Amino acid sequence: MEGLPEASRHALLLLLSGDYELWTTIAISFSVSLKAIVLTAPVALVLAFVLAHTRFPGRRVLISVFHTLLAMPAVVVGLTLYLLLSRSGPFGDLKLLFSQTAMMIGQIILCFPILVAMGHSAIQAADRRAWETAVTLGAGPGRAMLTLMHEVRFGLMAALLAGFGRIIAEVGCSMMVGGNILHYTRNITTAIALETTKGEFAQGIALGLVLLVLALLLNFSLAMLQGKGVMVS
Amino acid sequence: MTPHHATQGLRRLPILLLLGSVLAIPLAQADSNTIRLATSTSTENSGLLRVLLPPFEQRTRYKVHVLAVGTGKALRMARDGDVDVIIVHAPAAEREFVRAGYGVNRRDLMYNDFIIVGPKHDPAGIKGAKNVVAAITRLIRSNAMFISRGDESGTHKKERELWRLAGVQLEGRGYREAGQGMGRVLQIAGELQAYTLTDRGTWLAMRDKLPLQIMVEGDTRLFNPYGIIAVNPARYPDVNYAGAMALIAWVTSVHGQQIVGDFEIDGEALFKPLAAQVKRPVEK
Repeated sequence: MEGLPEASRHALLLLLSGDYELWTTIAISFSVSLKAIVLTAPVALVLAFVLAHTRFPGRRVLISVFHTLLAMPAVVVGLTLYLLLSRSGPFGDLKLLFSQTAMMIGQIILCFPILVAMGHSAIQAADRRAWETAVTLGAGPGRAMLTLMHEVRFGLMAALLAGFGRIIAEVGCSMMVGGNILHYTRNITTAIALETTKGEFAQGIALGLVLLVLALLLNFSLAMLQGKGVMVS
Repeated sequence: MTPHHATQGLRRLPILLLLGSVLAIPLAQADSNTIRLATSTSTENSGLLRVLLPPFEQRTRYKVHVLAVGTGKALRMARDGDVDVIIVHAPAAEREFVRAGYGVNRRDLMYNDFIIVGPKHDPAGIKGAKNVVAAITRLIRSNAMFISRGDESGTHKKERELWRLAGVQLEGRGYREAGQGMGRVLQIAGELQAYTLTDRGTWLAMRDKLPLQIMVEGDTRLFNPYGIIAVNPARYPDVNYAGAMALIAWVTSVHGQQIVGDFEIDGEALFKPLAAQVKRPVEK
Protein backbone atom coordinates (compact mmCIF):
# COMPACT_ATOMS: atom_id res chain seq x y z
CA MET A 1 0.00 0.00 0.00
CA GLU A 2 1.39 3.41 -0.91
CA GLY A 3 1.98 5.98 1.81
CA LEU A 4 0.84 9.60 1.94
CA PRO A 5 3.93 11.17 0.27
CA GLU A 6 3.79 8.73 -2.61
CA ALA A 7 0.02 9.15 -3.01
CA SER A 8 0.42 12.96 -3.07
CA ARG A 9 3.19 12.81 -5.68
CA HIS A 10 1.13 10.50 -7.87
CA ALA A 11 -1.82 12.85 -7.34
CA LEU A 12 0.10 15.88 -8.65
CA LEU A 13 1.19 13.92 -11.72
CA LEU A 14 -2.43 13.00 -12.48
CA LEU A 15 -3.50 16.63 -12.18
CA LEU A 16 -0.72 18.02 -14.32
CA SER A 17 -1.15 15.38 -17.01
CA GLY A 18 -4.70 16.73 -17.56
CA ASP A 19 -6.33 13.40 -16.67
CA TYR A 20 -9.72 13.64 -18.46
CA GLU A 21 -11.72 11.81 -15.84
CA LEU A 22 -10.26 13.84 -13.00
CA TRP A 23 -10.99 17.16 -14.69
CA THR A 24 -14.53 16.21 -15.73
CA THR A 25 -15.24 15.37 -12.11
CA ILE A 26 -13.87 18.71 -11.00
CA ALA A 27 -15.94 20.56 -13.61
CA ILE A 28 -19.14 18.84 -12.47
CA SER A 29 -18.48 19.76 -8.84
CA PHE A 30 -17.98 23.43 -9.57
CA SER A 31 -20.75 23.72 -12.13
CA VAL A 32 -23.37 22.20 -9.81
CA SER A 33 -22.30 24.09 -6.69
CA LEU A 34 -21.91 27.46 -8.45
CA LYS A 35 -25.37 27.15 -9.98
CA ALA A 36 -26.81 26.22 -6.60
CA ILE A 37 -25.29 29.21 -4.82
CA VAL A 38 -26.17 31.70 -7.56
CA LEU A 39 -29.77 30.55 -7.59
CA THR A 40 -30.02 30.59 -3.81
CA ALA A 41 -28.29 33.89 -3.04
CA PRO A 42 -30.92 36.44 -4.24
CA VAL A 43 -33.85 34.73 -2.52
CA ALA A 44 -31.97 33.94 0.69
CA LEU A 45 -30.49 37.43 1.02
CA VAL A 46 -33.80 39.17 0.46
CA LEU A 47 -35.30 36.92 3.12
CA ALA A 48 -32.38 37.78 5.42
CA PHE A 49 -33.12 41.45 4.82
CA VAL A 50 -36.81 41.01 5.57
CA LEU A 51 -35.96 39.18 8.80
CA ALA A 52 -33.60 41.95 9.87
CA HIS A 53 -35.69 44.94 8.84
CA THR A 54 -39.32 44.17 9.40
CA ARG A 55 -41.40 43.14 12.36
CA PHE A 56 -43.97 40.42 12.02
CA PRO A 57 -45.29 37.69 14.30
CA GLY A 58 -43.21 34.54 14.20
CA ARG A 59 -40.12 36.38 13.02
CA ARG A 60 -37.93 35.24 15.91
CA VAL A 61 -39.18 31.67 15.61
CA LEU A 62 -38.26 31.76 11.92
CA ILE A 63 -34.75 32.99 12.73
CA SER A 64 -34.34 30.18 15.26
CA VAL A 65 -35.56 27.68 12.69
CA PHE A 66 -32.92 28.80 10.20
CA HIS A 67 -30.22 28.62 12.88
CA THR A 68 -31.33 25.09 13.68
CA LEU A 69 -31.28 24.06 10.02
CA LEU A 70 -27.56 24.91 9.94
CA ALA A 71 -27.02 21.66 11.82
CA MET A 72 -28.93 19.53 9.34
CA PRO A 73 -26.77 16.61 8.13
CA ALA A 74 -26.35 16.56 4.36
CA VAL A 75 -27.26 12.91 4.28
CA VAL A 76 -30.67 13.64 5.84
CA VAL A 77 -31.37 16.22 3.13
CA GLY A 78 -30.24 13.62 0.61
CA LEU A 79 -32.47 10.89 1.98
CA THR A 80 -35.52 13.14 2.17
CA LEU A 81 -34.96 14.37 -1.36
CA TYR A 82 -34.39 10.80 -2.54
CA LEU A 83 -37.74 9.68 -1.16
CA LEU A 84 -39.48 12.68 -2.74
CA LEU A 85 -37.86 12.27 -6.16
CA SER A 86 -37.95 8.47 -6.36
CA ARG A 87 -40.20 7.23 -9.11
CA SER A 88 -42.44 5.71 -6.47
CA GLY A 89 -42.37 9.00 -4.52
CA PRO A 90 -44.63 12.06 -4.89
CA PHE A 91 -42.41 13.85 -7.45
CA GLY A 92 -41.36 10.74 -9.35
CA ASP A 93 -42.92 12.00 -12.57
CA LEU A 94 -40.28 14.70 -12.85
CA LYS A 95 -37.64 11.98 -13.34
CA LEU A 96 -35.06 14.04 -11.50
CA LEU A 97 -33.46 11.37 -9.32
CA PHE A 98 -29.81 10.66 -10.18
CA SER A 99 -29.37 13.87 -12.15
CA GLN A 100 -27.31 17.02 -11.73
CA THR A 101 -30.53 18.92 -11.15
CA ALA A 102 -31.30 16.74 -8.13
CA MET A 103 -27.82 17.40 -6.75
CA MET A 104 -28.35 21.11 -7.28
CA ILE A 105 -31.69 21.09 -5.47
CA GLY A 106 -30.07 19.28 -2.53
CA GLN A 107 -27.28 21.83 -2.38
CA ILE A 108 -29.74 24.72 -2.56
CA ILE A 109 -31.52 23.28 0.49
CA LEU A 110 -28.18 22.91 2.27
CA CYS A 111 -26.84 26.42 1.65
CA PHE A 112 -30.13 28.31 2.04
CA PRO A 113 -30.11 28.37 5.88
CA ILE A 114 -26.46 29.46 5.93
CA LEU A 115 -27.12 32.41 3.64
CA VAL A 116 -30.20 33.43 5.59
CA ALA A 117 -28.60 33.09 9.03
CA MET A 118 -25.29 34.75 8.18
CA GLY A 119 -26.93 37.31 5.89
CA HIS A 120 -29.32 38.20 8.69
CA SER A 121 -26.45 38.76 11.16
CA ALA A 122 -24.62 40.97 8.67
CA ILE A 123 -27.63 43.10 7.76
CA GLN A 124 -28.75 43.36 11.37
CA ALA A 125 -25.39 44.88 12.27
CA ALA A 126 -25.67 47.52 9.53
CA ASP A 127 -26.15 51.18 10.34
CA ARG A 128 -29.84 51.90 10.00
CA ARG A 129 -29.02 55.41 8.86
CA ALA A 130 -27.86 54.09 5.49
CA TRP A 131 -31.39 52.87 4.90
CA GLU A 132 -32.94 56.09 6.16
CA THR A 133 -30.61 58.23 4.06
CA ALA A 134 -31.46 56.25 0.94
CA VAL A 135 -35.18 56.58 1.62
CA THR A 136 -34.82 60.29 2.32
CA LEU A 137 -33.00 60.71 -0.99
CA GLY A 138 -36.04 59.27 -2.71
CA ALA A 139 -35.05 55.62 -3.16
CA GLY A 140 -37.82 53.03 -3.28
CA PRO A 141 -37.69 50.09 -0.85
CA GLY A 142 -35.88 47.87 -3.36
CA ARG A 143 -33.26 50.46 -4.17
CA ALA A 144 -32.79 51.27 -0.47
CA MET A 145 -32.36 47.57 0.31
CA LEU A 146 -29.59 47.30 -2.28
CA THR A 147 -27.89 50.37 -0.80
CA LEU A 148 -27.97 48.80 2.63
CA MET A 149 -26.67 45.49 1.33
CA HIS A 150 -23.84 47.34 -0.36
CA GLU A 151 -22.93 48.75 3.05
CA VAL A 152 -22.58 45.26 4.51
CA ARG A 153 -21.23 43.57 1.38
CA PHE A 154 -18.25 42.03 3.19
CA GLY A 155 -20.49 40.27 5.66
CA LEU A 156 -22.69 39.04 2.82
CA MET A 157 -19.62 37.88 0.91
CA ALA A 158 -18.57 35.87 3.96
CA ALA A 159 -22.04 34.30 4.01
CA LEU A 160 -21.74 33.35 0.33
CA LEU A 161 -18.32 31.82 0.89
CA ALA A 162 -19.48 29.83 3.88
CA GLY A 163 -22.48 28.56 1.90
CA PHE A 164 -20.34 27.66 -1.07
CA GLY A 165 -17.82 25.95 1.20
CA ARG A 166 -20.52 23.78 2.67
CA ILE A 167 -21.99 22.59 -0.62
CA ILE A 168 -18.75 22.07 -2.56
CA ALA A 169 -17.49 19.89 0.31
CA GLU A 170 -20.62 17.89 1.11
CA VAL A 171 -20.77 14.28 0.06
CA GLY A 172 -23.85 12.71 1.68
CA CYS A 173 -26.51 14.45 -0.36
CA SER A 174 -24.72 14.32 -3.72
CA MET A 175 -24.03 10.61 -3.31
CA MET A 176 -27.64 9.88 -2.42
CA VAL A 177 -29.50 11.85 -5.10
CA GLY A 178 -26.74 12.02 -7.73
CA GLY A 179 -25.79 8.37 -7.65
CA ASN A 180 -22.09 8.97 -8.45
CA ILE A 181 -22.56 8.30 -12.20
CA LEU A 182 -19.32 8.68 -14.15
CA HIS A 183 -19.09 11.86 -16.31
CA TYR A 184 -22.59 12.86 -15.20
CA THR A 185 -23.13 13.10 -11.46
CA ARG A 186 -19.72 12.10 -10.14
CA ASN A 187 -18.31 15.14 -8.37
CA ILE A 188 -15.14 15.64 -6.36
CA THR A 189 -16.43 14.37 -3.05
CA THR A 190 -18.35 11.33 -4.30
CA ALA A 191 -15.33 10.41 -6.42
CA ILE A 192 -13.11 10.58 -3.34
CA ALA A 193 -15.51 8.26 -1.54
CA LEU A 194 -15.44 5.84 -4.47
CA GLU A 195 -11.67 5.92 -5.02
CA THR A 196 -11.18 5.27 -1.31
CA THR A 197 -13.34 2.14 -1.43
CA LYS A 198 -11.25 0.92 -4.35
CA GLY A 199 -8.02 1.60 -2.48
CA GLU A 200 -7.00 4.20 -5.10
CA PHE A 201 -5.75 6.69 -2.54
CA ALA A 202 -3.72 8.76 -5.02
CA GLN A 203 -6.85 9.69 -6.99
CA GLY A 204 -8.60 10.57 -3.74
CA ILE A 205 -5.75 12.78 -2.55
CA ALA A 206 -5.54 14.45 -5.97
CA LEU A 207 -9.20 15.38 -5.84
CA GLY A 208 -8.87 16.60 -2.25
CA LEU A 209 -5.95 18.81 -3.29
CA VAL A 210 -7.91 20.32 -6.15
CA LEU A 211 -10.79 21.15 -3.86
CA LEU A 212 -8.48 22.93 -1.45
CA VAL A 213 -6.49 24.80 -4.10
CA LEU A 214 -9.57 26.04 -5.93
CA ALA A 215 -11.20 27.10 -2.68
CA LEU A 216 -7.99 28.96 -1.83
CA LEU A 217 -7.99 30.77 -5.19
CA LEU A 218 -11.61 31.75 -4.72
CA ASN A 219 -10.91 33.12 -1.27
CA PHE A 220 -7.83 35.02 -2.43
CA SER A 221 -9.70 36.69 -5.25
CA LEU A 222 -12.49 37.70 -2.92
CA ALA A 223 -9.96 38.97 -0.39
CA MET A 224 -8.53 41.18 -3.15
CA LEU A 225 -12.00 42.54 -3.82
CA GLN A 226 -12.57 43.17 -0.15
CA GLY A 227 -9.45 45.24 0.33
CA LYS A 228 -7.30 45.20 3.41
CA GLY A 229 -9.63 43.31 5.70
CA VAL A 230 -8.92 45.48 8.75
CA MET A 231 -11.22 47.58 10.90
CA VAL A 232 -11.80 51.15 9.82
CA SER A 233 -10.87 53.56 12.61
CA MET B 1 -25.97 57.12 -21.34
CA THR B 2 -23.45 58.99 -19.21
CA PRO B 3 -19.86 57.70 -18.86
CA HIS B 4 -20.65 56.87 -15.27
CA HIS B 5 -23.50 54.62 -16.27
CA ALA B 6 -21.37 52.97 -18.91
CA THR B 7 -18.66 51.95 -16.43
CA GLN B 8 -21.27 50.71 -14.03
CA GLY B 9 -22.74 48.62 -16.81
CA LEU B 10 -19.31 47.18 -17.54
CA ARG B 11 -18.73 46.33 -13.92
CA ARG B 12 -21.92 44.40 -13.85
CA LEU B 13 -21.04 42.43 -16.95
CA PRO B 14 -19.42 39.47 -15.13
CA ILE B 15 -22.42 39.17 -12.85
CA LEU B 16 -24.81 39.27 -15.78
CA LEU B 17 -22.78 36.61 -17.55
CA LEU B 18 -22.83 34.41 -14.47
CA LEU B 19 -26.58 34.80 -14.12
CA GLY B 20 -27.05 34.08 -17.80
CA SER B 21 -25.06 30.88 -17.62
CA VAL B 22 -27.08 29.78 -14.63
CA LEU B 23 -30.38 30.42 -16.35
CA ALA B 24 -29.23 28.17 -19.13
CA ILE B 25 -29.29 25.21 -16.73
CA PRO B 26 -29.81 22.03 -18.64
CA LEU B 27 -32.65 20.34 -16.80
CA ALA B 28 -30.92 17.12 -17.68
CA GLN B 29 -33.41 14.32 -17.45
CA ALA B 30 -33.22 10.70 -18.28
CA ASP B 31 -34.37 10.45 -21.89
CA SER B 32 -34.95 7.46 -24.10
CA ASN B 33 -31.24 7.36 -24.94
CA THR B 34 -30.20 6.88 -21.34
CA ILE B 35 -30.16 3.50 -19.66
CA ARG B 36 -29.85 3.41 -15.90
CA LEU B 37 -27.99 0.35 -14.74
CA ALA B 38 -27.79 -0.39 -11.02
CA THR B 39 -25.18 -3.00 -10.30
CA SER B 40 -23.35 -4.85 -7.60
CA THR B 41 -20.13 -3.04 -6.73
CA SER B 42 -18.00 -5.99 -7.88
CA THR B 43 -18.75 -5.52 -11.59
CA GLU B 44 -17.87 -1.83 -11.44
CA ASN B 45 -14.93 -1.89 -8.99
CA SER B 46 -13.24 -4.72 -10.89
CA GLY B 47 -13.32 -2.67 -14.10
CA LEU B 48 -15.46 -5.11 -16.13
CA LEU B 49 -18.10 -2.54 -17.06
CA ARG B 50 -15.43 -0.24 -18.42
CA VAL B 51 -14.66 -2.73 -21.16
CA LEU B 52 -18.13 -4.21 -21.57
CA LEU B 53 -20.18 -1.02 -21.96
CA PRO B 54 -18.23 1.22 -24.39
CA PRO B 55 -18.66 -1.10 -27.42
CA PHE B 56 -22.41 -1.20 -26.69
CA GLU B 57 -22.58 2.59 -26.47
CA GLN B 58 -20.70 2.90 -29.76
CA ARG B 59 -22.98 0.48 -31.60
CA THR B 60 -26.23 1.93 -30.36
CA ARG B 61 -27.59 5.37 -29.58
CA TYR B 62 -27.67 4.49 -25.89
CA LYS B 63 -25.66 5.94 -23.04
CA VAL B 64 -25.44 3.79 -19.91
CA HIS B 65 -25.46 5.48 -16.51
CA VAL B 66 -23.92 3.10 -14.01
CA LEU B 67 -24.95 3.18 -10.35
CA ALA B 68 -22.62 0.87 -8.42
CA VAL B 69 -24.52 0.29 -5.22
CA GLY B 70 -24.49 -3.36 -4.19
CA THR B 71 -27.07 -6.04 -4.87
CA GLY B 72 -29.46 -5.18 -2.01
CA LYS B 73 -29.75 -1.54 -2.97
CA ALA B 74 -29.88 -2.31 -6.70
CA LEU B 75 -32.89 -4.59 -6.13
CA ARG B 76 -34.51 -1.87 -4.04
CA MET B 77 -33.92 0.80 -6.71
CA ALA B 78 -35.40 -1.49 -9.35
CA ARG B 79 -38.42 -2.24 -7.15
CA ASP B 80 -39.03 1.52 -6.84
CA GLY B 81 -38.69 2.02 -10.59
CA ASP B 82 -35.66 4.30 -10.24
CA VAL B 83 -33.48 2.32 -12.64
CA ASP B 84 -34.11 0.44 -15.89
CA VAL B 85 -31.99 -2.67 -15.51
CA ILE B 86 -29.87 -4.35 -12.83
CA ILE B 87 -26.88 -6.70 -12.64
CA VAL B 88 -26.92 -8.52 -9.30
CA HIS B 89 -25.70 -11.70 -7.66
CA ALA B 90 -28.18 -13.13 -5.19
CA PRO B 91 -30.08 -15.98 -6.93
CA ALA B 92 -32.71 -16.46 -4.21
CA ALA B 93 -33.49 -12.74 -3.95
CA GLU B 94 -33.54 -12.49 -7.77
CA ARG B 95 -36.11 -15.29 -8.08
CA GLU B 96 -38.26 -13.62 -5.46
CA PHE B 97 -37.89 -10.27 -7.25
CA VAL B 98 -39.06 -11.69 -10.58
CA ARG B 99 -41.86 -13.76 -9.02
CA ALA B 100 -43.22 -10.65 -7.28
CA GLY B 101 -43.48 -8.99 -10.70
CA TYR B 102 -40.84 -6.30 -10.25
CA GLY B 103 -38.51 -7.62 -12.91
CA VAL B 104 -38.77 -9.45 -16.23
CA ASN B 105 -36.50 -11.30 -18.64
CA ARG B 106 -33.85 -12.38 -16.16
CA ARG B 107 -30.84 -13.89 -17.89
CA ASP B 108 -27.80 -15.68 -16.49
CA LEU B 109 -24.83 -13.47 -17.23
CA MET B 110 -21.65 -14.91 -15.77
CA TYR B 111 -20.20 -16.40 -12.63
CA ASN B 112 -17.17 -16.37 -10.46
CA ASP B 113 -16.75 -17.61 -6.94
CA PHE B 114 -16.50 -16.40 -3.40
CA ILE B 115 -13.37 -16.99 -1.37
CA ILE B 116 -12.47 -16.53 2.28
CA VAL B 117 -9.37 -14.42 2.74
CA GLY B 118 -7.48 -13.80 5.94
CA PRO B 119 -4.17 -12.75 7.52
CA LYS B 120 -1.02 -14.61 6.51
CA HIS B 121 -0.41 -16.08 9.98
CA ASP B 122 -3.91 -17.61 9.91
CA PRO B 123 -4.81 -17.57 13.63
CA ALA B 124 -7.92 -19.72 13.05
CA GLY B 125 -5.95 -22.36 11.17
CA ILE B 126 -8.35 -22.69 8.24
CA LYS B 127 -5.95 -22.25 5.35
CA GLY B 128 -6.47 -24.78 2.58
CA ALA B 129 -9.75 -26.10 3.96
CA LYS B 130 -11.88 -27.75 1.26
CA ASN B 131 -15.12 -27.65 3.23
CA VAL B 132 -16.22 -24.05 3.64
CA VAL B 133 -18.83 -24.82 6.30
CA ALA B 134 -16.31 -26.64 8.50
CA ALA B 135 -13.89 -23.74 8.01
CA ILE B 136 -16.52 -21.19 9.09
CA THR B 137 -17.37 -23.21 12.19
CA ARG B 138 -13.71 -23.36 13.11
CA LEU B 139 -13.23 -19.66 12.42
CA ILE B 140 -16.05 -18.70 14.76
CA ARG B 141 -14.98 -21.14 17.50
CA SER B 142 -11.44 -19.72 17.42
CA ASN B 143 -12.83 -16.22 18.06
CA ALA B 144 -10.67 -14.85 15.26
CA MET B 145 -12.03 -11.59 13.89
CA PHE B 146 -14.34 -11.78 10.87
CA ILE B 147 -15.48 -8.63 9.05
CA SER B 148 -18.98 -8.91 7.64
CA ARG B 149 -20.30 -6.68 4.86
CA GLY B 150 -23.46 -6.13 6.89
CA ASP B 151 -25.13 -4.24 4.02
CA GLU B 152 -27.63 -6.66 2.44
CA SER B 153 -25.34 -7.04 -0.57
CA GLY B 154 -25.08 -10.30 -2.51
CA THR B 155 -21.92 -11.14 -0.59
CA HIS B 156 -23.64 -10.43 2.71
CA LYS B 157 -26.51 -12.73 1.75
CA LYS B 158 -23.94 -15.42 0.95
CA GLU B 159 -22.24 -14.90 4.32
CA ARG B 160 -25.51 -15.47 6.13
CA GLU B 161 -26.26 -18.54 4.07
CA LEU B 162 -22.89 -20.05 5.06
CA TRP B 163 -23.44 -19.09 8.70
CA ARG B 164 -26.81 -20.82 8.59
CA LEU B 165 -25.28 -23.94 7.06
CA ALA B 166 -22.62 -23.97 9.76
CA GLY B 167 -25.35 -23.62 12.37
CA VAL B 168 -23.44 -20.97 14.31
CA GLN B 169 -24.69 -17.74 15.81
CA LEU B 170 -23.79 -14.55 13.94
CA GLU B 171 -22.69 -12.85 17.13
CA GLY B 172 -19.36 -14.54 17.71
CA ARG B 173 -16.88 -12.56 19.73
CA GLY B 174 -14.80 -11.80 16.66
CA TYR B 175 -17.74 -10.92 14.40
CA ARG B 176 -17.84 -7.30 13.16
CA GLU B 177 -20.30 -5.74 10.73
CA ALA B 178 -18.79 -2.97 8.60
CA GLY B 179 -21.82 -1.95 6.55
CA GLN B 180 -19.62 -0.98 3.60
CA GLY B 181 -18.74 -2.08 0.07
CA MET B 182 -16.42 -4.98 -0.75
CA GLY B 183 -13.34 -2.82 -1.32
CA ARG B 184 -13.72 -1.09 2.02
CA VAL B 185 -14.35 -4.34 3.86
CA LEU B 186 -11.18 -5.85 2.37
CA GLN B 187 -9.21 -2.81 3.51
CA ILE B 188 -10.69 -3.07 7.00
CA ALA B 189 -9.88 -6.78 7.15
CA GLY B 190 -6.33 -5.97 6.04
CA GLU B 191 -5.84 -3.27 8.65
CA LEU B 192 -7.34 -5.37 11.46
CA GLN B 193 -5.74 -8.65 10.30
CA ALA B 194 -9.16 -10.24 10.11
CA TYR B 195 -10.92 -12.74 7.86
CA THR B 196 -13.65 -11.88 5.38
CA LEU B 197 -15.70 -13.38 2.57
CA THR B 198 -15.14 -11.73 -0.82
CA ASP B 199 -15.97 -12.26 -4.46
CA ARG B 200 -12.90 -13.24 -6.45
CA GLY B 201 -13.23 -10.29 -8.83
CA THR B 202 -12.80 -7.60 -6.20
CA TRP B 203 -10.06 -9.66 -4.53
CA LEU B 204 -8.04 -9.89 -7.77
CA ALA B 205 -8.48 -6.17 -8.39
CA MET B 206 -7.25 -5.26 -4.91
CA ARG B 207 -4.96 -8.00 -3.65
CA ASP B 208 -1.74 -6.08 -4.41
CA LYS B 209 -2.74 -3.52 -1.83
CA LEU B 210 -3.73 -6.00 0.86
CA PRO B 211 -1.74 -7.93 3.49
CA LEU B 212 -4.12 -10.89 3.14
CA GLN B 213 -4.13 -14.33 1.53
CA ILE B 214 -6.70 -16.75 0.17
CA MET B 215 -7.71 -19.19 2.92
CA VAL B 216 -10.64 -21.15 1.51
CA GLU B 217 -11.66 -21.63 -2.13
CA GLY B 218 -13.15 -24.18 -4.48
CA ASP B 219 -16.12 -25.44 -2.47
CA THR B 220 -19.18 -25.67 -4.76
CA ARG B 221 -21.17 -23.79 -2.14
CA LEU B 222 -19.03 -20.73 -2.95
CA PHE B 223 -20.42 -20.52 -6.50
CA ASN B 224 -21.36 -16.90 -7.33
CA PRO B 225 -23.66 -16.46 -10.35
CA TYR B 226 -24.60 -13.03 -11.71
CA GLY B 227 -27.89 -12.26 -13.41
CA ILE B 228 -29.20 -9.30 -15.43
CA ILE B 229 -32.86 -8.30 -15.05
CA ALA B 230 -35.02 -5.66 -16.75
CA VAL B 231 -37.44 -3.67 -14.61
CA ASN B 232 -41.02 -4.64 -15.39
CA PRO B 233 -42.50 -1.99 -17.75
CA ALA B 234 -46.02 -3.07 -16.78
CA ARG B 235 -45.33 -1.75 -13.29
CA TYR B 236 -43.40 1.37 -14.32
CA PRO B 237 -44.47 2.36 -17.84
CA ASP B 238 -41.83 5.08 -18.19
CA VAL B 239 -38.76 2.93 -17.54
CA ASN B 240 -36.50 2.55 -20.55
CA TYR B 241 -37.53 -1.01 -21.31
CA ALA B 242 -36.29 -0.98 -24.90
CA GLY B 243 -32.90 0.22 -23.68
CA ALA B 244 -32.80 -2.39 -20.92
CA MET B 245 -33.58 -5.17 -23.40
CA ALA B 246 -30.95 -3.87 -25.84
CA LEU B 247 -28.37 -3.97 -23.05
CA ILE B 248 -29.41 -7.48 -21.99
CA ALA B 249 -29.15 -8.60 -25.62
CA TRP B 250 -25.67 -7.11 -25.87
CA VAL B 251 -24.16 -8.54 -22.67
CA THR B 252 -25.56 -12.01 -23.37
CA SER B 253 -24.54 -11.98 -27.05
CA VAL B 254 -21.55 -14.01 -28.21
CA HIS B 255 -19.52 -10.82 -28.56
CA GLY B 256 -20.52 -9.49 -25.14
CA GLN B 257 -19.81 -12.83 -23.49
CA GLN B 258 -16.44 -12.99 -25.22
CA ILE B 259 -15.55 -9.67 -23.59
CA VAL B 260 -16.66 -11.02 -20.20
CA GLY B 261 -14.56 -14.16 -20.64
CA ASP B 262 -11.50 -12.26 -21.89
CA PHE B 263 -11.50 -9.77 -19.03
CA GLU B 264 -8.41 -10.38 -16.94
CA ILE B 265 -6.41 -8.80 -14.16
CA ASP B 266 -2.75 -9.85 -14.00
CA GLY B 267 -3.45 -12.73 -16.34
CA GLU B 268 -6.30 -14.14 -14.27
CA ALA B 269 -9.83 -14.24 -15.64
CA LEU B 270 -12.32 -12.63 -13.23
CA PHE B 271 -15.63 -13.84 -14.59
CA LYS B 272 -16.73 -16.84 -16.60
CA PRO B 273 -19.50 -16.36 -19.17
CA LEU B 274 -22.79 -18.17 -18.61
CA ALA B 275 -24.99 -16.98 -21.45
CA ALA B 276 -23.21 -18.04 -24.63
CA GLN B 277 -20.48 -20.31 -25.88
CA VAL B 278 -17.31 -18.31 -26.45
CA LYS B 279 -14.25 -19.18 -28.47
CA ARG B 280 -11.71 -19.49 -25.72
CA PRO B 281 -11.92 -22.37 -23.27
CA VAL B 282 -12.96 -20.62 -20.11
CA GLU B 283 -12.53 -23.44 -17.60
CA LYS B 284 -9.04 -23.78 -16.23
